[in-house]
Amino acid sequence: MARFKETAMQYVFLAAACVSIAAVALICVYLLGNGVPTIFEIGLPNFFGLTWKPSQDFYGIFPFIIGSIYVTAGAILVGVPIGLLCAIFLARFCPAPLYRVLNPAVRLMAGIPSIVYGFFGLMVIVPVVQQLFGTSGKGLLTASVLLGIMILPTIIGTAEPALRAVPQSYYEGALALGATHERSTFTVILPAAASGVMSGVILGVGRAIGETMAVIMIAGNQPRMPGGLLDGLRTMTSNIVLEMGYSTGLHRQALIATGVVLFVFILIINTCFSLMKRRKDA
Amino acid sequence: MRSSNPAQPMPRGRVALTAGEIMARSRGQRYYSWLLKLLVWLAAFLTAGVILLMVGYILVTGIPNLTLDLFAWKFTTDNQSMMPALVNTVVMTLLTLVLAVPVGVCAAIYMVEYAKRGNKLVKVVRLTAETLSGIPSIVYGLFGMMFFNIFLNWGYSMLAGVVTLAIMILPLILRTTEEALLSVPDSYREGSFGLGAGKLRTVFKVILPPAMPGILAGIILSIGRIVGESAALIFTSGSGKDNLMFGKSGNFFADLFAPLFQSTRTLSVHMYNLMSEGLHMKEAQATAVVLLLLVIAINAGSAHLAKKLTGDGQK
Repeated sequence: MARFKETAMQYVFLAAACVSIAAVALICVYLLGNGVPTIFEIGLPNFFGLTWKPSQDFYGIFPFIIGSIYVTAGAILVGVPIGLLCAIFLARFCPAPLYRVLNPAVRLMAGIPSIVYGFFGLMVIVPVVQQLFGTSGKGLLTASVLLGIMILPTIIGTAEPALRAVPQSYYEGALALGATHERSTFTVILPAAASGVMSGVILGVGRAIGETMAVIMIAGNQPRMPGGLLDGLRTMTSNIVLEMGYSTGLHRQALIATGVVLFVFILIINTCFSLMKRRKDA
Repeated sequence: MRSSNPAQPMPRGRVALTAGEIMARSRGQRYYSWLLKLLVWLAAFLTAGVILLMVGYILVTGIPNLTLDLFAWKFTTDNQSMMPALVNTVVMTLLTLVLAVPVGVCAAIYMVEYAKRGNKLVKVVRLTAETLSGIPSIVYGLFGMMFFNIFLNWGYSMLAGVVTLAIMILPLILRTTEEALLSVPDSYREGSFGLGAGKLRTVFKVILPPAMPGILAGIILSIGRIVGESAALIFTSGSGKDNLMFGKSGNFFADLFAPLFQSTRTLSVHMYNLMSEGLHMKEAQATAVVLLLLVIAINAGSAHLAKKLTGDGQK
């Protein structure tokens, strides 16, 4: 009896382990199975074209792909330097009493829901941009700043442990050669932690490109090719949320296909991330 | 070639520096170091400033709008009460955990305690868990809508939202539990086996108890994700405004499970709806305060557990 229980439970545990495999398989099958035929039904030139007018059967999502890439690049430009420097500060410069305040604050930032970020962007950043440049305030610049803020905790949370994991002897060696504290941190410790820092950046890219609720509030959402820094744009994610509610038929299928394109982007980013991690482990 | 001896060419750079050059260099390095230090502090101040500004703005603008009316039991068009959404959030969080925690913990037990080293399946499970944790919530929302709402014909229902969320937090629970189990020393296992306990008994009586704080920390993180989620829910559980209601058909089970098939909104979705309608900004501000306080409480909980964990480690 006890023996039976042991074996039975082993299979229960095994089955539980297979759930995540099943989930990924199901998601892939469902998204690709629904999206890929749609893309071919719409036709590649139309689907990756420049015009999005579902009422006239134009389903070009190219502007949204570019929008997503622009916004992500903007978020990286804003978030990575600040996040990286902040991680260096937390790992190497921060006085202990300050750390006890700053560390929970960064964690809090990671936990704040994206809809609250969107609210903050809409109420604070949009008016500031409005005042400064005299535009509607919604657009690439606003979205980049807000997403840059949103990926800060992701980058800090990955880069700081990576910096801390560098053996102390590296730092001491640099000091012994006459380098200052700052110089040894930047020229010895930072390169040694490079792969950890890079995986933080990749995670940040993933978060920025997949972000939906915050972007929708502040990016302007015009369905056309993104223009300048102050012009409004629409990302793949916001396109889905904006039109899913009232879409039917091929229009709805096209939105699902937009999700599939986003999914493929994410898979590429994930692959980069695991390659990075494997290199670090090797 | 100025060098007289080709076998020993002159070093390219000069080795000896004059005193003045040394001083100039060290001054240069001083400026360089000073600049780096300035940058690092600046970044830290900027980050801290943003957090302060955000939390401050939400509290200052939101608290005056936080009236008792907003916690009235029923949602009406005159009074956009957040009470139904708050109750839904709690119910959905509990149901999601009920689904995801046993699966995640059991999967982690298999991976750490049962699978042999280098097991192919474990590698695949890790890879898929990593993939799951990278998928953005809107993609989960799309998948949930297509599979649960349309294919299984559940419609906008709490159950669809709950299952979608459960898949979403599964990798988080799996990973944190795995780490917690791995941190239990092997001597515990050996001791238990030495006393004649079976594998199952060892897992449940000896390994799980010391791993509990780590598992709990993962659960708390998941609660944070559930509470903050909106993109995965607007197309699965929808944005129903009403209180959860048990059915009245007389069939006990049908009545009991009726709320599962009701369209319900969580607090985050409630806030999204208030904002996108644009008519109730005050209520949205108040909701932001409640969400923020929830997140702060969740973070405090996980920090407390983390302290307990490291405290045990030092003993």
